Amino acid sequence: MGTYALLAFFMVLFLFPVYYLVLGSFESPAQTLNGLHAAIPTSLTFDNYTGLNHAFFSSTITGSLEGFYTVSTLVSLIVVAGGLVVNSLAGYGLARLKFRGRRLLLLLVIVLVIIPFEAIAVPLYYMLNGLRNTIIVQALPFIGSAFSIYLFYTFFLNMPPQLEEAARIDGAGPWRTFVQIILPNAKPAFASVAILSFIQIWSSYLWPLMMTSQPSAYPLSIAIGNLVKQQSTPNYGEMFAFGVLLVVPMAIFFIVFQRWFIRSVASLAVKG
Amino acid sequence: MPEIELRQVSKTYDNGYEALHGIDLTVREGEFMVVVGPSGCGKSTLLRMVAGLESISEGEIIIGGQVVNEFTPGERDLAMVFQNYALYPHMTVEKNIAYSLKIRKFPKAEIKRRVEEAADILSLKEYLQQRPSRLSGGQRQRVAMGRAIVREPSAFLMDEPLSNLDAKLRVQMRSEILQIQRRVGVATLYVTHDQVEAMTMGDRVTVLRAGVLQQCDTAQVLYDQPKNVFVASFVGSPSMNLLYATLREDGASLQIGSQAIEVPDSVLAKRPQLRPFFGREVIIGIRPEDLTLDGPGEVLVGRIGHIEALGFELIVHFGMDARNYVVEDKGGSEEEAKEALEATTLTQHVRNVARVAPRSAIEAGSTISLHVNMDHVHFFDDASGESIW
Repeated sequence: MGTYALLAFFMVLFLFPVYYLVLGSFESPAQTLNGLHAAIPTSLTFDNYTGLNHAFFSSTITGSLEGFYTVSTLVSLIVVAGGLVVNSLAGYGLARLKFRGRRLLLLLVIVLVIIPFEAIAVPLYYMLNGLRNTIIVQALPFIGSAFSIYLFYTFFLNMPPQLEEAARIDGAGPWRTFVQIILPNAKPAFASVAILSFIQIWSSYLWPLMMTSQPSAYPLSIAIGNLVKQQSTPNYGEMFAFGVLLVVPMAIFFIVFQRWFIRSVASLAVKG
Repeated sequence: MPEIELRQVSKTYDNGYEALHGIDLTVREGEFMVVVGPSGCGKSTLLRMVAGLESISEGEIIIGGQVVNEFTPGERDLAMVFQNYALYPHMTVEKNIAYSLKIRKFPKAEIKRRVEEAADILSLKEYLQQRPSRLSGGQRQRVAMGRAIVREPSAFLMDEPLSNLDAKLRVQMRSEILQIQRRVGVATLYVTHDQVEAMTMGDRVTVLRAGVLQQCDTAQVLYDQPKNVFVASFVGSPSMNLLYATLREDGASLQIGSQAIEVPDSVLAKRPQLRPFFGREVIIGIRPEDLTLDGPGEVLVGRIGHIEALGFELIVHFGMDARNYVVEDKGGSEEEAKEALEATTLTQHVRNVARVAPRSAIEAGSTISLHVNMDHVHFFDDASGESIW
């Protein structure tokens, strides 16, 4: 009983902010800030959502919600899709190919995992300055990811090599083996990497802040930041609404991929 | 024409470890060749080299009359069954079996015909649309076989394909694999660490130890005329009893510990090479069934350690005041080796085994007199381990 009570306590603790965010987005600003009373829904309204677009037009940042969504979606798509291709191949190569310097390369990847992006942001800024205010510059530094490579590497390392050997004996070349045998069996790894990199890029703030100055290139995270900055009296209802709009795509993405995400890697090996 | 031929094949890894030394081996058309040896003897490496999954350092591998050293695995026209079956988890049984034909761009109708034929042979028809994860160990084994036979390759390679099955199923699959192999008549190179599997399945058996081919012959020849003390101890279960003994100056008797037994003239006549060993210490080998409770022959006396009653016979473990010869890395899996080591420690000098009739009036702790069938006693050179004939 005590365990359940503890679990219930933590569940409420973790879920409450989400509940508050969603509820607050449907309440008037006065209600939203009404302490714990805000947690009890009384009168709900869509005003915050309808007011969002208006808020952008009335502020100095011109641009539409659709525009910000498009930028964020495109950047995320490039990062996720490009990252899956590049990082899976790199991880596979590190796990399976035998070449001189492999260990050193692996060590380098591990070292890169622990280097925070902030540390390399400034050099990157100077390297990619010419591409400012483009979509590609927002995606480029995040396509190749040491963390994703390492995740793929450990996954492929645990995959029985006999699968590939069987394919080779069956007459499949390396590329066909990767596409037809490895890929379909690596869905959990692909889903994990896709989800993690999507969450990272969708909510990234520092890099787009450095690389965008025109509203047409703003992703959602920058747009909301600017909205907050530009309002003389902050409209918390609209902020909450924006927060929900920011979170919803991530939730959808997770729901779509979670069945592979949670599938046990161990179930892959077909043993007697 | 032999289907598979290995000429002086060696394998040395980058770190200098020599896995195989100058292997000469021939698998004839339609032959079932078993390669057996303890863990780490290089048998799987040998198979993988034939398959093309591992490069060779020296020598030539010839398949169907062609040197295939530089061929990729797919170009060698071989099919392989892996220890863990290596079935593609995301494909149905049908797709698993058909995959190699699809890659080779066989016409659809031909693929269908071959898959159905294989499924028929292997009783897999009702499982064709299922995924491997839904099949039992035995069924997966059959799918792996199906994948191999559907190709109609020039040879099958099998890497311990039964080791993941339980004992009963293993015996059943042993005969199934043999039947299928006979039916399709394809040369087969089969690797196992289980000497019983090797003896029961192989037309011929190759014994490997530490990357060196020890002997290649029929199971009966390996059993009756082992070339050296390793083969003698590896082949046969329970193993051959190996003891140090000294031949008298005239060769007429053997001193085993404190006991002496006569060596009949017929034995000396059959083994002319024994003469230089007169007056010297040799290793003698006696199979457990060549020690009997009654009958003719010289008698050895020992003390019974324990008795295993198998119903149809008794396995008597007994000790003698003679030194036993112990073959290192005799074989079996690592687990078996560990068990054997533990058993040895427990029983100390109880290293000898005799097979006697069930319901014999013997009990643990008592002395036992065993008649030795001297005609079947083996002699080995203590220095080289080679058989003396």
